[in-house]
Amino acid sequence: MQMFRQIFLCFGLLVMATLTVSSTAHATGQTLELVQKRGHLKCGVSQGLPGFSTPDDRGSWTGIDVDFCKAMAAAIFNDASKVKFTPLSAKERFTAIQSGEVDIIARNTTWSMHRDTALGVDFPVINYYDGQGFMVRRDLGIKSALELDGATLCTNQGTTTELNAADYFRSNAMQYEIVAFEKADESVAAYNSGRCDAYTTDHSALYAQKLKLTDPKAHIVLPEVISKEPLGPLVRQGDSAWNDLVRWTHYASLTAEELGVTSKNLKKMSRSSNPAIRRLFGLDGSFGANLGLSKQWAVQIIGSVGNYGEIFERNLGVKTPLGIKRGANALWTQGGLQYAPPIR
Amino acid sequence: MRSWLNRDALLQAIVLLAVVAGMVWLVGNVQSNLERQNINSGFGFLSERAGFGINQTLIDYTEDDSFGRVVVVGLLNTLLVSVLGIFFATLLGFSLGVARLSRNWLISKIAMVYIEIFRNVPLLLQIMFWYFGVLRNLPSPRQALSIGEAMFVSNRGVVVPWLEAGAGAVWYGVAFAGVLAGGFWLRRRALKMKLNTGQASRVWRPLALLTLALFAVAALLAGVPFTLDVPYLKGFNFRGGLTVIPEFVALLLALSLYTAAFIAEIVRAGINAVDKGQREASAALGLPESLALRLVVIPQALRVIIPPLTSQYLNLTKNSSLAVAIAYPDIVSVLAGTTLSQVGQAVEIIFVTMMIYLSLSLLTSWAMNRYNQRMALVGNAS
Amino acid sequence: MSAQTWSPKPARPAPANTVGFVGWARENLFATKLDTALTLLCVTLIVYTLEVVFGWAIIDASFSGEDRKACLKQVQGACWPFIDAKLGQFIYGRYPEMERWRVDWVFAIGALGLVPLLMPKVGWKRANVIFMLGFYPLFCFFMLTGGVFGLTPVDTTDWGGLLVTLVVAITGIVGSLPLGILLALGRRSELPIVRALCVAFIEIFRGVPLITVLFMASVMLPLFLPDGVNFDKLVRCLIGVALFSSAYMAEVVRGGLQAIPKGQYEAAAALGLGYWKTTRLIILPQALKLVIPGIVNTFIGLFKDTTLVLIVGLFDLLGIVQLHFTDSSWATPETHITGYAFAAFVFWVFCFAMSRYSIFMENHLSTDRDKES
Repeated sequence: MQMFRQIFLCFGLLVMATLTVSSTAHATGQTLELVQKRGHLKCGVSQGLPGFSTPDDRGSWTGIDVDFCKAMAAAIFNDASKVKFTPLSAKERFTAIQSGEVDIIARNTTWSMHRDTALGVDFPVINYYDGQGFMVRRDLGIKSALELDGATLCTNQGTTTELNAADYFRSNAMQYEIVAFEKADESVAAYNSGRCDAYTTDHSALYAQKLKLTDPKAHIVLPEVISKEPLGPLVRQGDSAWNDLVRWTHYASLTAEELGVTSKNLKKMSRSSNPAIRRLFGLDGSFGANLGLSKQWAVQIIGSVGNYGEIFERNLGVKTPLGIKRGANALWTQGGLQYAPPIR
Repeated sequence: MRSWLNRDALLQAIVLLAVVAGMVWLVGNVQSNLERQNINSGFGFLSERAGFGINQTLIDYTEDDSFGRVVVVGLLNTLLVSVLGIFFATLLGFSLGVARLSRNWLISKIAMVYIEIFRNVPLLLQIMFWYFGVLRNLPSPRQALSIGEAMFVSNRGVVVPWLEAGAGAVWYGVAFAGVLAGGFWLRRRALKMKLNTGQASRVWRPLALLTLALFAVAALLAGVPFTLDVPYLKGFNFRGGLTVIPEFVALLLALSLYTAAFIAEIVRAGINAVDKGQREASAALGLPESLALRLVVIPQALRVIIPPLTSQYLNLTKNSSLAVAIAYPDIVSVLAGTTLSQVGQAVEIIFVTMMIYLSLSLLTSWAMNRYNQRMALVGNAS
Repeated sequence: MSAQTWSPKPARPAPANTVGFVGWARENLFATKLDTALTLLCVTLIVYTLEVVFGWAIIDASFSGEDRKACLKQVQGACWPFIDAKLGQFIYGRYPEMERWRVDWVFAIGALGLVPLLMPKVGWKRANVIFMLGFYPLFCFFMLTGGVFGLTPVDTTDWGGLLVTLVVAITGIVGSLPLGILLALGRRSELPIVRALCVAFIEIFRGVPLITVLFMASVMLPLFLPDGVNFDKLVRCLIGVALFSSAYMAEVVRGGLQAIPKGQYEAAAALGLGYWKTTRLIILPQALKLVIPGIVNTFIGLFKDTTLVLIVGLFDLLGIVQLHFTDSSWATPETHITGYAFAAFVFWVFCFAMSRYSIFMENHLSTDRDKES
């Protein structure tokens, strides 16, 4: 009997060893190949944040982050609809990307050093420069965040905002009480019902969530920006080709805006003799091929979702209910921070 | 026979191997996944600075404290709501169970309606109903309902005056512990005396004397180290006093009301299980009904009631994890919620969370088994 | 002797009426002074409660309207138009409107199969069970996910509402029953290692809250699998729910196994039946029949627990109701309570019906046994 057991043990260990080896062996599959073979892109988004990623009753998604994933799908498949959106909570998002449940996360996620270095993810690019702020009821008569001493704050659990608020109140020697909810909807509902004096999150999200309040006009966003919140898509660490693809998808739409190429004037622009436009359109050089895509990759992006300016105005801009000005997200030529390295 | 034994052993060996192989395979996967993606692992994070605030802490806690202390804070919050929930659920459940068997038709039916409503609606829904549905309609702090200008009810919770303990308060704690110990000792002595001589001995008067004496000594040693902290409105909110946050109220309310419905059914079954003759016999002895219930029926019913009651207590403790839905900072919320997303180490954190609940439940099961054994022995002896 | 006229004693009052309503009331409501007081108290309580509930649900309620304006009266009760406008969402979630007939078919065929199965008098139980456990799940799977027979694929992220609640609950129960039986047999096995493993499994899953199991399924499970292997979030939650409830099911089945008299085992052994044959032909049929009420009660618990999937981001009935609270065109002070009341009512109807069924089966089975004895 003893012998039997030992033999089995050895056999089992052998099986396990092979399994472990084989599972690590195919681990380094290239994401782009995987996505192309699968036929669609798996994109992690938020559970509903107007302007960034929000589903309507029919399940179709809109927002700047959604458009980012659509742009990726357009670049890879020449079909912006070949993308499957997975709504993720703040807590689930890092595990979802680590485990490969999604290929990319575009979920208004702040690029921080801890996340970049300790969570096994990479942030290829920043598609929205944001900062944390506060929203309060107008009738409180408050003009500045420094008057918030003793306030109760509603926020979302497990976000950088929770930490920033703690830092801000400490450094200004103010007292506060925090109520942190699992879901953004719940924190907004709690703020709306008066559980909290202030709701704190990224400025853009404040404008977005304001729309969900019973009476949006009764609330104001305070001017202070208490943190840097560079938001961007994130991918798994260790696949630099995929990393490049994400980065240049954003830069292509930025470059298009710089050059005045929009989804409406593509035809006209394709006849342009401007060398920069010709490179963007894949008429000169082999930029698409180097990314593992077709020559037309940038045209496909702009044709389906437009350039960065169009994406911004459609989802967040002053004509939308959110009414956010370009501000820091204007092109560098107009005093903003959006700056694309040259395509050449 | 011999071959059978071998077959069994072989079967078991195969099962064991399959399980062990499966485990090793899973662990191997986790390790390779984590290593390949350069994700931190280990429990080093427990000593790092947490950096976030928690709105209900039973021990001192600031943002500078470590994640390890966050775990303790969360665990204490879980225990607080569980213990209080168990207390209220038992109280309400026993009353409902007895009411369910009342000869008064109306009372019995009301109890039935209560039970059927509360146990057939999901607990999570009840928690949300109380929190998002009912408590949200309370007035803001400036319009707070006030009871004697000392206690305030608003949508920030209930604020009550509280005794602020000073430096010497520990002496009072010692005195209290002394009273408890003395009480136990007196009771044991009285019981022994009753068994040996049949005479009742005094318990209450010596205990009262002891209490007086011990607290007098404490007062002599430490003076009166307590100050009454009355809440007052300042700025946005009440300062001072003790605040009971609405998340806690909603959770406690829902847990107690829900579990009470189950306890009522257990109590009813337990009382029904007591032989009818027992009731008749106590009636023949001239015991009024309330005494018969207290002295004859319930002690016997308890033997049937205790095991399922314990599992209800365990359920309540586990159900307190639904706190995460309404931002009550229990262990799941602060550990598997905030800490998990700040640190990002899912495996370690979920493991710790599960282990905490597992040890709570194993501890309770162990205590219950001990209790059952004792009850069984008594039964055999009589 | 003085003449004394005989006069009859005055007649004693007639005995208290013990029949009819008055008698009944005297006995059951006004037996003692205390009882009378309690009864009066209860009546006040009932009147007050009914007043509040009816006032809210009917008298002050709004019944028709297109948006929140319908529900902003001075004294506002329930906001039923909200439910009316969102009913489709509450039942199907974001399931495409054009494809909702598929869900209806799944519901209809499920009901058709289930009703005769639940009635003890109707025959064809074996065929029915095979239909419900064999054909029906496949039918549901293809019908709901699509992608074959020309059906448009529908992603599980678009499922929601009552559909998800029922899918999670039913898959949970169907998955946990066989696993629970195996675990129960294992726990009563004479093989020490098998027994220890089963006990460990059962105690671990019974010792932790469902929410941590769901966290594990939704956040952690992918890390346990080899790189690149992954499956749908709904499926992961289903696995978590099934494993969790199988531990509870095992304890229910164990109760049934323990109730089988030893003579049955001995008789089977005397007939020369081996372990599996004894279990399959003699023990399990009797034991399972005994624990039908227990199984139904486990199912009720599971059905209520399905609401927890909203915490890991699936939209079951409660989840989708909550999601629609954020619709600003329906934001009123009464929307929340109306939504919760609606969800509570739906859950209550299901759970109450099942608990009645469980009691019915209990009575039915106990009379069966009485007949035999």
